[in-house]
Amino acid sequence: MIEVLNLTKSYGQIKAVKDLNFTVEKGEILGFLGPNGAGKSTTMNMITGYLPSTSGTVKVSGYDVSVDPAEVKRRVGYLPEQPPLYTDLTVKEYLDFVSDLKKVERKKKKSQVSDVMELVKISDVGHRLIRNLSKGYKQRVGLAQALIGNPEVLILDEPTVGLDPTQIIEVRKLIKALGKDHTIILSSHIMQEISAVCERIIIINKGQIVAVDTPENLTKSVEGSAVYSVKIDGPEAEVIKALKGIKGVNSVKENAKLEDAIEFLVEADKEVDLRKPIFFEMAKHGYPILEIKTVNINLEEAFLKITSKDPNAIANNNQENIKEDTDDEEVSEQEISEEEKGDE
Amino acid sequence: MWAIYKRELKAYFYSPLAYVLTGIYTLALSLNFLLPIYGVVGPVRTLFGVVVYSFSMLLALILPILTMKVFADEKKNGTEVLLMTSPNSVPSIVMGKYLAAFTVYMLMIAVTGMYPIIIAITGKLNVASMLTSYIGYILMGAFFVAFGVFTSSLTENSIVSAVLGSLGLFLVWIVHNFLDVLTGRALNVAKWISFFERFRKFIYGIIGLRDFIFFFSLIGVFLALTMIVVEKKRWSQG
Repeated sequence: MIEVLNLTKSYGQIKAVKDLNFTVEKGEILGFLGPNGAGKSTTMNMITGYLPSTSGTVKVSGYDVSVDPAEVKRRVGYLPEQPPLYTDLTVKEYLDFVSDLKKVERKKKKSQVSDVMELVKISDVGHRLIRNLSKGYKQRVGLAQALIGNPEVLILDEPTVGLDPTQIIEVRKLIKALGKDHTIILSSHIMQEISAVCERIIIINKGQIVAVDTPENLTKSVEGSAVYSVKIDGPEAEVIKALKGIKGVNSVKENAKLEDAIEFLVEADKEVDLRKPIFFEMAKHGYPILEIKTVNINLEEAFLKITSKDPNAIANNNQENIKEDTDDEEVSEQEISEEEKGDE
Repeated sequence: MWAIYKRELKAYFYSPLAYVLTGIYTLALSLNFLLPIYGVVGPVRTLFGVVVYSFSMLLALILPILTMKVFADEKKNGTEVLLMTSPNSVPSIVMGKYLAAFTVYMLMIAVTGMYPIIIAITGKLNVASMLTSYIGYILMGAFFVAFGVFTSSLTENSIVSAVLGSLGLFLVWIVHNFLDVLTGRALNVAKWISFFERFRKFIYGIIGLRDFIFFFSLIGVFLALTMIVVEKKRWSQG
């Protein structure tokens, strides 16, 4: 459906996108993940024909963007990072205009506009000026604009920015539903979002693809080993010695000294479950275990590992770093994805 | 093209801009129409002559303000993406916008129709002179609008666009004012450039094919330049 071949974009000396190659199958939801400035928006602008590429080709349904731009544009609905809204129009007027712009047949126009408004839940603000809408509504009007003309391909650049948690869940559900009969490319710098919606992820950093895989495999590939956090009441040196003696343990590290125990991080091979061996070993020595749990490396950490220059440094410290670095927004993201799982 | 034309036209009348500019223009013209009648200044020499002629300068100020937002705001608000990723060509986008601005200008001109009507009722109207004046008026305005659309495509800032537009037109006016002191080739070049000189011919009832071609060429050149700028901006945008 979408073929991107050796796509490159340079601004003078700087290459914003370098030699990008990927394809998107019909009906697939592809996630485009990368830190800010990685080249996500530039790539999307090139696919939609807004920006010409320096070299390389983009084909949508077999049409080359640089040869048949009109054919490609007819098939693609685009929500750019900043929704392209005429704030002096009402929502309905705006969508009518977009229908005319996309050459929707006069007969179908009315029903299509009202269907799209229903779909993204903006029917109740149809007669309000876009200028007076909240950011969440504006974003949804932007999404509605992309859906007008019923394009086969949807390119959504950070579609949930500025939405509140309930709206984020709604939009994700909507995107998933749209994925049934649309081909979608979705970009984000938030991992939970991508893993909740997409079937395949492309991680892009500094204009280059650094990984392509399913969310599950991506997590697996960086996991490699399992990490356990164990709180044990006992003398430090002996406990470490005893833990290291267990079969399958690769390394033991003291993580924190608590009031009544010491927290150790035990790294082991992925295949073996070490919880029972640890229990029996400690029982043998008479050191009570107060808590034992596995530490999952989530997609976020996988992402950090892949896009960082020094993966080892991050892997060692990810425990603390992630907790300190994630700001409120991402914490709430996490809550949302949990909530969402609860919903389903 | 017509979708863009319709929206642009709406935008002019959703904002106070078109009303205010038409108001200022009509007020200035009306004062000039009335003052000679009340004997405050000298008599009107030709109906659409001196009075209207002096106000071509006002147009050079007003029309770039009318067109200042046409492309500048589109860039600033990020709505350019919508137009450029829709199945519409750059020429059709530029033409849609140009025709909308030109339509507003025609409405402004239509308001001035009250003067010939008043004169026809109260005195004798020189229809031929009036018609040629109107043709000159429309031609020159059509060029001013094209020039304003062009300066708007150069920048994201609508104020800068308006200033650029007015400055460009005033520059020619300055050249026009030097016509008396220039001689030889310089005079010919200045005369050729000065659209005010050509406009004056229309006011005096002289219709020349050359002047028609001159204005049409200028309109064509500046619309083509606009299309090139809009297209090229996407190529070099950072």
